[in-house]
Amino acid sequence: MKKINISRKNLSIPYMIYMVCFVVAPLAVLLFYSFTDSDGKITFHNFINFFTDGNTLGTLLYSVVVALITTLVCLIIAYPVAFILAKGHIKNKTILLMIFIMPMWINFTLRITALKEILTFFEKNLAYFPFVNTIIGMTYDFLPFMILPIYTVLINIDDCYMEAGLDLGADKVQAFMKIILPMSKAGIISGVTMVFLPAMTNYVILDMLYNSTYIMGSLIGSYFSAYDWHNGSMISIILLTIIIIVTVLSTDSNHKEERL
Amino acid sequence: MILLEINEYIIELHDIAKSYDGETNVVEDINLKIKKGEFVTFLGPSGCGKTTTLRMIAGFEIPTKGTILLDGADISKLPPNKRPVNTVFQRYALFPHLNVFDNIAFGLKLKNISKEEIEEKVKAVLDVVDLEGFEKRKISTLSGGQQQRIAIARAIVNEPEVLLLDEPLGALDLKMRKEMQLELKSMHEKLGITFIYVTHDQEEALTMSDKIVVIADGVIQQVGTPEEIYNEPSNAFVADFIGESNIFNAKMTSKERVTFLDCEFECVDDIPVGTMVDVVVRPEDIIITTPEEGQITGTITSVIFKGIHYEIVVEDGKNEIIIQNTKLYHVGDTIGMIIKPDEIHVMIPEVLSNKFEGVISKNNTVLFADGEYECDVTMLYPGSSLDEEGMLILSNGEAVDLTGKKVSVEIQIPDVTMSDDENLGGTCGHIFDLIYKGDHYTYTVRTKSEEDFIVDDEYLWNEDDYVSLVIPKDKIVIKLLEE
Repeated sequence: MKKINISRKNLSIPYMIYMVCFVVAPLAVLLFYSFTDSDGKITFHNFINFFTDGNTLGTLLYSVVVALITTLVCLIIAYPVAFILAKGHIKNKTILLMIFIMPMWINFTLRITALKEILTFFEKNLAYFPFVNTIIGMTYDFLPFMILPIYTVLINIDDCYMEAGLDLGADKVQAFMKIILPMSKAGIISGVTMVFLPAMTNYVILDMLYNSTYIMGSLIGSYFSAYDWHNGSMISIILLTIIIIVTVLSTDSNHKEERL
Repeated sequence: MILLEINEYIIELHDIAKSYDGETNVVEDINLKIKKGEFVTFLGPSGCGKTTTLRMIAGFEIPTKGTILLDGADISKLPPNKRPVNTVFQRYALFPHLNVFDNIAFGLKLKNISKEEIEEKVKAVLDVVDLEGFEKRKISTLSGGQQQRIAIARAIVNEPEVLLLDEPLGALDLKMRKEMQLELKSMHEKLGITFIYVTHDQEEALTMSDKIVVIADGVIQQVGTPEEIYNEPSNAFVADFIGESNIFNAKMTSKERVTFLDCEFECVDDIPVGTMVDVVVRPEDIIITTPEEGQITGTITSVIFKGIHYEIVVEDGKNEIIIQNTKLYHVGDTIGMIIKPDEIHVMIPEVLSNKFEGVISKNNTVLFADGEYECDVTMLYPGSSLDEEGMLILSNGEAVDLTGKKVSVEIQIPDVTMSDDENLGGTCGHIFDLIYKGDHYTYTVRTKSEEDFIVDDEYLWNEDDYVSLVIPKDKIVIKLLEE
């Protein structure tokens, strides 16, 4: 009988197949479509189109602004919450954490529908404040993704670091700014990546809150629903490139510091 | 009139108590004076309150009661950053996001000191801890021993009046620890500042300290130099905790003579004749001789090689005696033993009998120490008796209702026995402490509301065992308390 050779190489085969089918192949298709026209000829027209069309550039700018503000608002809310949950002297911490995490288990459209009702109650007509509503909706939706990584990092920072800071003459604010905040940087970066990138593309929230302005996600959707695979793919590729650059930059700054 | 006095004490603790839940004290009645420049060690088993005491001096905990003086000024309520003390933490607590230089300079940078001066000071302190040129190193690239040194450097660069060290060598391996012990000691001599060191390692404490404070169960047991602590332990706990020891129950039988192991020995302590005492004899102080010449004789039951000596266990009747000797003897040999008068250390035990306060219930039982015991209530009034309904009839025929009367309860130590059947005794508790005394163990059993029973038992029980305490009805002595 032939011996079955279970080497590391062989063990990786299923994973390789998965990667080829679901990551490499779709990317290749995306790349192919973005650099061809409807006749199948190779062209850079789609690329040039993106950067010359005022509309698409405007959409990109709008998406970045929405994502930036959402991330900032999430961070401002999430950090104190995570800090109190991780370091505060409160009873029933788990229940409090649950309150912030539980919305993640409820269907996303249901959550936004509920939010819509609440906002309508206060604003009468949602169309008056489309931008503000978008920020509220996105913050509401993405907040747990910001809280969790920061909370995880903070809970693992031993109290002795804060005490060491106080011991060396820092007051509580100084000790926090000089020790706890930099030590929790990894959590902030991971939270920012988890909020910023989806916030650029999640157009369902805009749709449901009656914000008719396009963001990157809606732009791609609109091209695809008009069967314009080529321009849609090109935008996806450009978005992907932006995301890769942002990710590399943020992890790189993290690494650089470790090496120093 | 103003008295000008030079304060020779840097730290004074007055009646310090700390409680986290408002009920039980982690430490209590801590009174301690530490001289300038001393190397003082808080020594005790884990959970004894030594770290809590240190944290109160550092300012991380505020005492529930009492005052802490630094150079005569009350610092009890000051936050840590306002105290001229610095701490070396158990797990170092070096900031992982800063390099060695920034870690050490952390305290200096908060003080408006020029850059050049900071650099100079950091360099000087790195020189003290023997890590010159490590300024740019990342904390994660350092070994445990190096991190330890940086933690010390970070504390002493601030030139504190007192350096607090919380089990700083706990994470190092044995060889490294021994090296660091000596280095810390020489650092202390070089710097001339007061060191307060916390450890559970008695050998470490004996090696390094000028003064040792033995703490157990939140209470200071003894304060003294290493020699005093070792040679003249103040009680059986200290004797048992510091080094190896033989502890026996003994009785003063005549002037400067004490009897234990069925033999009367001459001793140097003058304690009233008839007093029941504890006696400590260190294993290295027992001289082995021939059976004819020995004050006592016994048979060797085990011999273990320990490197520089043999540990010999001798059985004398029911007693076990541990001896350390450099000469090899064999199991089964009968030997004689001599103990010289100044090698016998006599201690008067704090607790001679179990005493409690209790209340008589309506069933004529007595309630104390979280339990209920049957007792003979007629002993409260001489000549009284109980009628059929349980009423106490005095000798003059008067009936008395005893329900709710407060009484003192006293039980002699030999009259209490332990059982693992929870329903057998009137109350239950956990074994809190045990000390081996030659032919039996002396146990401290602690009930739920922290009432302690002292129990002698020949058999070995384990610490934390849950036992019930059995006391015969006629051995419980009760007396009415004045209202």
